Amino acid sequence: MTDPDSVLTLNPSYRMQYEPAQKSHVLLFPEGMVKLSPTAAEILELLDGKASVQQVINQLSQRYPDAPSLNEDVYQFIKVAYDKRWIC
Amino acid sequence: MTNAGSVNPPLWLLLELTYSCPLHCSYCANPIDLGNKQEELDTETWLKVLIEARALGAVQLGLSGGEPLLRKDLEIIIKKARELGFYINLITSGIGLTEKRIKSLKQAGLDHIQISFQSADQTSNDAIAGKKAAFEQKQKMAKLVKQYGFPMVLNFVISKQNIEQIPQIMALSCQLEADFVELATAQYYGWALQNRDHLLPTLQQVRLAEQQVNQFRLQQSNTAPKFIFVTPDYYETRPKACMSGWGSIFINIAPNGMALPCHSAALLDLPFLNVKQHSLEHIWYESDSFNHYRGFDWMVEPCKSCDEKEQDFGGCRCQALLLTGNADNTDPVCSKSPQHHQITKAVEHASLMHHSEIMSRTLKNSLIIMSSKQI
Repeated sequence: MTDPDSVLTLNPSYRMQYEPAQKSHVLLFPEGMVKLSPTAAEILELLDGKASVQQVINQLSQRYPDAPSLNEDVYQFIKVAYDKRWIC
Repeated sequence: MTNAGSVNPPLWLLLELTYSCPLHCSYCANPIDLGNKQEELDTETWLKVLIEARALGAVQLGLSGGEPLLRKDLEIIIKKARELGFYINLITSGIGLTEKRIKSLKQAGLDHIQISFQSADQTSNDAIAGKKAAFEQKQKMAKLVKQYGFPMVLNFVISKQNIEQIPQIMALSCQLEADFVELATAQYYGWALQNRDHLLPTLQQVRLAEQQVNQFRLQQSNTAPKFIFVTPDYYETRPKACMSGWGSIFINIAPNGMALPCHSAALLDLPFLNVKQHSLEHIWYESDSFNHYRGFDWMVEPCKSCDEKEQDFGGCRCQALLLTGNADNTDPVCSKSPQHHQITKAVEHASLMHHSEIMSRTLKNSLIIMSSKQI
C-alpha cells in the first residue's frame, strides 16, 4: 500500500468533515473520532479513489514546493492511515 | 457563574431513548430504577436536544436504551440528526429488527449499527439474554446489516457466563464479517452490580481470555474484525479515566430527559437538570451538577496530592459512591485508596460458589428492588 501506483480512498464506513467547534477536520467512524491536522485532512481529501499515491504527492509538491521531506511524510502518514483502516 | 471559557464543548451525545428492552440480561448497566415509561421524552423534545447539542459542537451520536428500536420515531430522530451532521451509531440488541426496518434506517441516514450478542451459541446466548430464539434473530440481522452496507460492531459483554467461549465468539465474529468487536467485560453498575458474584470472572479466566485474543490477533490479516478487549477495572491497580473526565466530552440523556455526565450518574446525589426545562448549553456550562466534579478542587486524599490525578481524574464517581459510600472518594480500584479492600473482597467473594439467585433485568425485579430500598 506504500506503492507509488496504489490508488487509495477513504474507508466507506468513515466520514470526514470540518467541525467549527473543534476548529479542525475530524474523521468519524463507529463510536470513534479522530481530530485531523490540516495536512492529514489535505492528504485524505486527495485520496479520492482515482489519483495514485504518486499523483497525490505531485499535487502536494506543487502546493508546497519548499516542504523538505514531503515524500517521506506522505508515505508515513499513508502507512499509519492504512494500518488504522482509515483508508483502503 | 459561567464556565464557557475553561470548559470544552461536548463532543459525544448519547440518547437513551427508552429503558424498555425485550432482553433481560443480568449484566445490564442500566439503573435498577427503570423509571416510568409514561415519562419518556416525546419526539419534539428529542429533536430539540439534537439541535442544541449539535450547536454546542457534539458530533458523535449514540442511540441506545434499553432497546431504541422500540421507539417508533427512531427514523425521525435519525433523519434530523443526519441533517444536522451527526455521525449516528445505533446500539441495539437486534430484537425487533427486520429487513424493512434496516432499509428505513439506512434511508433515514443511520451511519453504523452495533448489535449485542450474549454468547456464541444458541443455548447459552438465549439463557443469558432471557429470551428464546434471540441468537437466531441476531445472526440473521447481523447478516442483513452487512448486506445493506452498514459498518457493523458486535458487542459481547464478557462475564463468568461466557468468558470460556472467547475462541468461539471470535470465530462467530469473523463469520458474521464484523468490522469491530468489543469484548467488554461487564462494568459493575446497576443490574451488573446486583449480580456481581455471578458475573465477575477470576483473574485466571481474564488472563487466559486476553491471551486467546492476542493470539488470534497475531494470526489475523488486516481485513478481519478488529477485536477490542476491555479488562475489568477490578483487576487494575489504577482506576479508569472515567468518561475522559467528568463533564469533559460526554453528555447522556436518560429516557425521561435528565441530562447526565455518564450512564449511571443518576444515582449520585446531585441536582441533575432536565432537558424539558433547561437548554443543553445551560446544563453543560452552568449547571451545578456538571460543574461539581470538573477540575481537581473537589478531590480528597489520596487523589488531592496524587501526581497521577490528571491522568485518571480519580476514577469513577459512581463506583466511589457504590463501593465506599461517598462519591467524593478515590475510586477504590486504585491501590492507593484506603478502601481498595472493597475490590479485593469482591473479587474473592465472586470466586466462591454461590447459592443466591441471579436477578434478571425485568420490570418486576426493578419494582421489587426499588420498593425494598425505600423501606
